[in-house]
Amino acid sequence: MTAPAGGEPSAMGVSAMDSSGGFAGRFRRWLRLHPSLFAMPALLIVSLAITVAIHPTFSDFDLQSLAMGALPLAFAAAAQTAVVISGGIDLSIGSMMAVANVLAASTMENANIGESLALAVVVLLAGAAMGALNGLIVVFSRVPDVVATLALGFIWGGVALLIMEKPGGGAPPEFLNLGAGTLFTTWLPNAVILLVVAVSVIWIPVRQSRLGLQLYAIGSDRVAAFRSGVDIERTRFSAYIFSGLLSAVGGLGLTMTTGIGAPLAGVYYTLSGLAAVVVGGVSLAGGRGGMVGPVMAAFVLTLIPTDLIFLNIDPNFGQVIQGTLIVAIVMIGGFVEMARSRR
Amino acid sequence: MTDQGKPAVSHSVPSALSVAGVISLLRKRTLVALVLLLLAFVAGIEVGRPGTVNALWISNMALFAAPLGIVAAGQTLVMLTGGIDLSVASVATASAYLMATHSGLGLPSVLFGLAVGVAIGLINGVGIALLRVQPLVMTLGTGLMTEGMLVVYSQKMLANAPHVPQFIEDLGAGKILGGVPIDLLLWAPIAVLVVFVLRRTGYGRLLYAVGDNSEACKLAGIRVWRVLLVNYVVCSLLAATAGLVVVGGAGNADLSLADVYLLPSIAAVIIGGTSIFGGRGGYSGTIIGALILTVLNSILTLLDAPEPIRQILYGGIILLLATAYTRLTG
Repeated sequence: MTAPAGGEPSAMGVSAMDSSGGFAGRFRRWLRLHPSLFAMPALLIVSLAITVAIHPTFSDFDLQSLAMGALPLAFAAAAQTAVVISGGIDLSIGSMMAVANVLAASTMENANIGESLALAVVVLLAGAAMGALNGLIVVFSRVPDVVATLALGFIWGGVALLIMEKPGGGAPPEFLNLGAGTLFTTWLPNAVILLVVAVSVIWIPVRQSRLGLQLYAIGSDRVAAFRSGVDIERTRFSAYIFSGLLSAVGGLGLTMTTGIGAPLAGVYYTLSGLAAVVVGGVSLAGGRGGMVGPVMAAFVLTLIPTDLIFLNIDPNFGQVIQGTLIVAIVMIGGFVEMARSRR
Repeated sequence: MTDQGKPAVSHSVPSALSVAGVISLLRKRTLVALVLLLLAFVAGIEVGRPGTVNALWISNMALFAAPLGIVAAGQTLVMLTGGIDLSVASVATASAYLMATHSGLGLPSVLFGLAVGVAIGLINGVGIALLRVQPLVMTLGTGLMTEGMLVVYSQKMLANAPHVPQFIEDLGAGKILGGVPIDLLLWAPIAVLVVFVLRRTGYGRLLYAVGDNSEACKLAGIRVWRVLLVNYVVCSLLAATAGLVVVGGAGNADLSLADVYLLPSIAAVIIGGTSIFGGRGGYSGTIIGALILTVLNSILTLLDAPEPIRQILYGGIILLLATAYTRLTG
């Protein structure tokens, strides 16, 4: 990342060792360490409440389209989070999603559901491979990650165009239903289940493992992590693999929710995903935050244009609000940080 | 480059002809290495397609390199302080579009374009210099804001269709004196000014100092926020200027006009030897970097490869150049 090494001392790993102070004390400490776990659900509930208030006929259908709209963005945000926590950045996520999207849509067009699921695994492997290549290049070229991944995004965008020149392809309806339908009740879209399951299956084991601790460690203080015996290069490399893997899930999500493959559809998700990461309370300086904040922020960011349509305002203001929100939230974060350090 | 002292120089002289000697020479004279690379690219074109390199081709290269060189000038200034500006492409597009929708006013329409640059630059500067937002996040946010505003604006202005006036077309595509591109006449003074400011003025030294260690600058009594604020305004203003040149060359304004300039603007600076962490580098390297990228584009055009292949090659070669540079000097 561009931030110099001399950042603030961080609180990495404290939560794991903390056992004193009773329940209330522990709760307060947990809140202080993970403000986004409290603030993001609150923000999501408030924005949902606002939506219902201005659009009283908010129905299960609206909820489904919200979930479908937010699904690819949430995965883009999750992919970015994996890298940002380790103190890096990945500006190729949107292009990797596009590759996964067109790869899925071009191969699944005439497949049945069983074959499609097998192909989905192949797409996921391809995503992980793209991420691995990103990681190798970032680590061994020593080119700053912003520049390297920006150039790699260009390359993956070219690969997506190579696989599919213009929007097309498709997938069997059963497969699309995994992201677009409902299974149990119409108030619980499959997109939400898919999101929770996929992110948990990929991230919780990592978070609990030694690798997870190492990711946070190199993100918060690379020198200290190195002196504690963390293999910096291997850990950074792993972060990019998870970014590629989650991008591929996002690309599959894009196929499910749009029903087709579009080589240029992914581009939007690089910057918006980064926006969701920032809004979700993950510090771009690294070492802080988790998956919950960015994923929920993806829903909030998706709600904004919807609300604008309900209010009869040009939904294109959504992007303006998104940009303003990023800046505002980071500024507020800066103020809070300043106030805290003065106290 | 200057602080590597004499011992290293005298040490490398005896082995000047060996590979290691050449590498260590290139390390010290990176500008020479860049110029050699540029010449190698040009030679490659001439060998591959004899007769391509002529006065017209050179004049065209200068014509195409100018807008990139101008955006990259702003990007260089920002990167010297350890920042980055991801909003340059949006600012350039917005500037061009706003100018084009006010083209009825004649020459003053240019002011609308430049005003966008100053406005976004001020927002960037206030956020980064005063409120200490990370440059990446801040300029990402303002870039999204600018793009969104532009979409809304373009829909409100349906009646007032964008039109590129003749003098802007001349600026972006015209040539005078038998082949000198007019935009080169804009780029050259900007280049001279930027190089002069960086090398010979107090403000230039301040930029390097802030990029090197802003904390030390603060302790030395420098008002770092002022330096940064001015810097981001200048960067956006340069991007807005480049937008006018780009729209002149394209002949019509659309909402993704200058998007393609984001990656090259950063790549030209990196290839030109300015560290993204600040404090090291300069504009002369960036100029060569911009020329290299323009010649590279020309090679890809001559190869007549399909768009996806072009994109992959372009990204790949940028990556290779940046890697070679970082590994050679790092």
